[in-house]
Amino acid sequence: MDEILTYAAAEPTGAVTFAPASGLLGSVWLLVAIPLVSAAILLLLGRRADRWGHWLGVGAIGAAFVLGLTYFLQLRGLENKQVQLSLWQFITVGDLKVDFGLLFDPLAAVFVLLITGVGFLIHLYAVEYMAHDEGRRRFFGYFNLFVAAMLLLVLGNNYVMLYFGWEGVGLASYLLISFWYGRPSAATAGKKAFLMNRVGDAGLAIGIFVLFAQLGTTQYDEVFSGVGALSQTTVLVLGLLLLLGATGKSGQFPLQAWLPDAMEGPTPVSALIHAATMVTAGVYLIARSNPIFSANATLQLVVVSVGAVTLLMGCLIGAAKDDIKRVLAWSTVSQIGYMFLGVGLGGGAYALAIVHLLAHGFFKANMFLGAGSVMHGMNDQVDIRRFGNLAKYMKVTWLTFMMCWLAIIGIPPLSGYFSKEPIIATAFERGDWTSWLFGGAALLGAGLTAFYMTRLFVLTFHGPARWTEDIEHPHESPKLMTIPLILLAIGSVGAGFLLSTSVPDWLTATAGLGGEHPEHEPVLAHWLITALSLLVTVLGAGLAWMLFRNGTATEPQPAGVLVTAARRNLYTDAFNEAVFEKPGIFLTRALVFLDNRGVDGLVNGLAAAVGGGSGRLRRLQTGFVRSYATSILTGALLVVAAFLAVQAGWLA
Amino acid sequence: MTELKLPSIDYAALAPILIMLGAALVGVLVEAFVPRRLRNPVQLLLALVAVLAALTMVILNADDRLITAGHAIAVDGPTLFLQGAILILAAMALLLIGERAVERGGAFVAHAAVTAESVDDRRQAAGAGGTTEVYPLTTFAIGGMLIFVAANDLLTMFISLEVFSLPLYLLCALARRRRLLSQEAALKYFMLGAYASAFFLFGVALVYGFTSGIPNRAAGVDFATVHAAVAESSSSQVLLFAGMALLAIGLLFKAAAAPFHVWTPDVYQGAPTPVTGFMAACTKVAAFGALLRVFHVAFSGAAWDFTPVLGAVAVLTMLIGAVLAVTQTDIKRLLAYSSIANAGYLLVGVLAPSKDGLSGTMFYLVAYGFSVIAAFAVVTLVRDADGEATHLSRWAGLGRRSPFFAAIFTFILLAFAGIPLTSGFTSKFAIFAPALDANQAWLVIAGVLTSMVLAFPYLRVVVMMWLSEPGDATPTVAVPGALTSAALVIGVLATLVLGVAPAPLLDLANGAAEFVR
Repeated sequence: MDEILTYAAAEPTGAVTFAPASGLLGSVWLLVAIPLVSAAILLLLGRRADRWGHWLGVGAIGAAFVLGLTYFLQLRGLENKQVQLSLWQFITVGDLKVDFGLLFDPLAAVFVLLITGVGFLIHLYAVEYMAHDEGRRRFFGYFNLFVAAMLLLVLGNNYVMLYFGWEGVGLASYLLISFWYGRPSAATAGKKAFLMNRVGDAGLAIGIFVLFAQLGTTQYDEVFSGVGALSQTTVLVLGLLLLLGATGKSGQFPLQAWLPDAMEGPTPVSALIHAATMVTAGVYLIARSNPIFSANATLQLVVVSVGAVTLLMGCLIGAAKDDIKRVLAWSTVSQIGYMFLGVGLGGGAYALAIVHLLAHGFFKANMFLGAGSVMHGMNDQVDIRRFGNLAKYMKVTWLTFMMCWLAIIGIPPLSGYFSKEPIIATAFERGDWTSWLFGGAALLGAGLTAFYMTRLFVLTFHGPARWTEDIEHPHESPKLMTIPLILLAIGSVGAGFLLSTSVPDWLTATAGLGGEHPEHEPVLAHWLITALSLLVTVLGAGLAWMLFRNGTATEPQPAGVLVTAARRNLYTDAFNEAVFEKPGIFLTRALVFLDNRGVDGLVNGLAAAVGGGSGRLRRLQTGFVRSYATSILTGALLVVAAFLAVQAGWLA
Repeated sequence: MTELKLPSIDYAALAPILIMLGAALVGVLVEAFVPRRLRNPVQLLLALVAVLAALTMVILNADDRLITAGHAIAVDGPTLFLQGAILILAAMALLLIGERAVERGGAFVAHAAVTAESVDDRRQAAGAGGTTEVYPLTTFAIGGMLIFVAANDLLTMFISLEVFSLPLYLLCALARRRRLLSQEAALKYFMLGAYASAFFLFGVALVYGFTSGIPNRAAGVDFATVHAAVAESSSSQVLLFAGMALLAIGLLFKAAAAPFHVWTPDVYQGAPTPVTGFMAACTKVAAFGALLRVFHVAFSGAAWDFTPVLGAVAVLTMLIGAVLAVTQTDIKRLLAYSSIANAGYLLVGVLAPSKDGLSGTMFYLVAYGFSVIAAFAVVTLVRDADGEATHLSRWAGLGRRSPFFAAIFTFILLAFAGIPLTSGFTSKFAIFAPALDANQAWLVIAGVLTSMVLAFPYLRVVVMMWLSEPGDATPTVAVPGALTSAALVIGVLATLVLGVAPAPLLDLANGAAEFVR
């Protein structure tokens, strides 16, 4: 362990300073304001906006993208590429100082482009996808609200602003999951997403309070400049709290269970929120807080481990699922695992993780939209055992999906190869036995990814048709849906090389991200790692091709221990239920019992009692004053006893 | 025989209190001499004018830092801030109480003793106004609260406690609909309130006994003497701690902290909704004003000793409020448990013994008061033929039927849930940050965790309003009269403004955050 601890003990962080925003960049707040205003218009105008509302939604995101691009170009010419704009002092009393301000720097810039760019395409797609839904206008309202919150999250210049966006995207996600479908499963999924996210949010909130208590500020520049003065224990606690927040939002172990269930929402939601943008907020948080994470080696080890565990877990479960959106969801969990692995490795790997995040944003969004297109043509069927031979009927969907399939499994020269392979290689460079551990995990993950993605692809588009009886002739989706597919596919094909060569340099201007990567000799030669990762990819894909090219049974088959476990999400749900849910329910029951459940239970029948006359109600309620008084007396005795105990020195 | 020496009295400093009590007395005369049909507007106007006049005096007195009326009343920053808060919130509550357009005759019964379906009852249903005694009663209660937050000795505090409690007991009993429920709630509140007052009085006696041990100083219950006694009294410490505990119990009862919260759900549910709003906002301010003064001024020397006990009470309160709110199916009970949980958060602020802690707590009280009155204002509007439809299942689909009010209520619930850019977030921030500075991390952690739990029942209501299809049982939202609209607008705007730009009020609170002793 000593070796691990000495390994990444990062160099002390230098002072961080941001330049004030001037000129065009002074209007960077427009990025948040435009989608927000559009959302307000859509939600407030009501039915009057039904006919044109969706185009307003699309236009707002398009405008934000164009603006984002201008700011981006503006930023390139600047000396200090970290520009902040303080809108107003949000809270200023005594020691409390929170700025309502924005920070536009290279990291924020790439996120802005991803969110608005991919967001624009998904909005465009949704115009057609939701065409027959009477709530389309409201959908676009929430969707714009989400984009505004997400932009606030990445543009804030302090942790409180980040928390605003964080809560905002959580809220929008919860609303979009459970508002949309009245199905009980959607409601449960919404609840699960909500509770798990709250656990993470609580971690983040407490983390921010710790920052405040220890450093007296939440501004990024002041925090990063001051983090070197904190004790190692404080940094560790702080980092773990932030990590808890990150795992909650990004669906990482141990808070991963909500993300696949969140696929109950409409497909564009899955594509935008639960694949391309919101779920990467955790990666953003860690990358943004890199001076904190780099300051403690144990912390980095924890992040790497979370990433490694999650990426394997996601692959294993993804390989056993039959619901097309769930497979993609577990794949998302697994790919974000790669990003966590990257940000945990620290140094130059931060940039690699961001590159993978951008590439993933493209191909995963495209795959979700492709899945939506398939469902669109197949009467909303989601079971991949009921697809097959669709390549013939949905040419565009098939071709674009194929590009992304090749991209995600990492076939050169598509984007996944340029973004994932360096992470695997860096995992082998830790300089001790953990290189083998994490490198091996990343390599194994690559093979498994190839296996389950190929399975998904082959079962959906090739092999014999196994459709349900009600489908005679699947149809390709309309233009408005296929054009975004094509554009995203082009991004997946071409962007990889571009991203991997330009983004790391670009990101060095962001505080901490340009840190020197502590050089260690990789335990394997770089060419060997590349060869190995290509080999396992081809092996995994070939195996899946062999197994599934002739289709598969349409009913669940008996399976071995591992597959059964994977089908049941590796028993994590059962674990959560036994360890958290049951005691929670028990606690509630106990409290309710202590709090005179009798009264509440009876008063709950109020609606009935109103009809039946309040006399009955009175009878039910009489006599409880004495139990209230007893409760007060007991409490009083306890309080007095506690005071006396304090006085006697027992509790001091 | 020694000459009787009268204490000097600064009438200007006492003016807000005197105005309210005077207006209450005039109100009683109005009942006697003004014709019935004019009484309602006259009374409402009188009460509102009195509140505004008192508020003006508070503002004029803004720089006063003095103790007057023979050490009985302290007029200092927190007093003036909290008096201002009580008066503003009370004005909003008066608007709700005065509303006659939503329900013909208003929310109050014509005669407290009138039986349901009797002639009097029908007459009211046919349009005759409800009792107008509610105005003097409310005005008395406001006057009592103003004394309560200014009281500088324990006896004045006790008397003012009764002055504002007794009218509240009566007000609770005056609901026109579900009258028996309302009267029963009032009786419960009265009996338990009397019970809690007894604890308080016992506490006063014990503390008095404790102060007799100070060398070279007469015994007394004014806070300066108690403070001196904590430092140097030679009496048994048991007197101090038992006395402090009993005092705390009396005040925690009013503040609705666990385990002294048991009355809250029943009373909040049974009382006429405008009165519930009044209690939830103003009583909370008054109770916490007194708690702040007692623990920051009188017992500050024993902070080391009371913090763990009150901290445990705070955690229990937050936990019970949050967890039980999850199981509620009645909107008024839900808001009652939410009010209990908020009492827990406020206690966290009380236990942060710094200027920031004090100002944060005062800010929280104001922010919460605005939101909670607005929430109850919406509750008065959602009704069917039998009056307010408070069962949560009835609220399903409200968003489709009345999107505007559902949106307003959603906003208020988001504020309660502490979502950023509402006052709920800034006020929690203003309380938790000083508590962390005071090394009360455990309270902050408990606070953050329970507020995460508490967000769930709120958002469940939001989802219910918007997700479900409206059914036959979905009530309509009455068109609010001008008075309710005004209260609603003030509450919602304040919730928004305090969430987006809280700095001015925080500055004000911070400037006021210093007690005189």
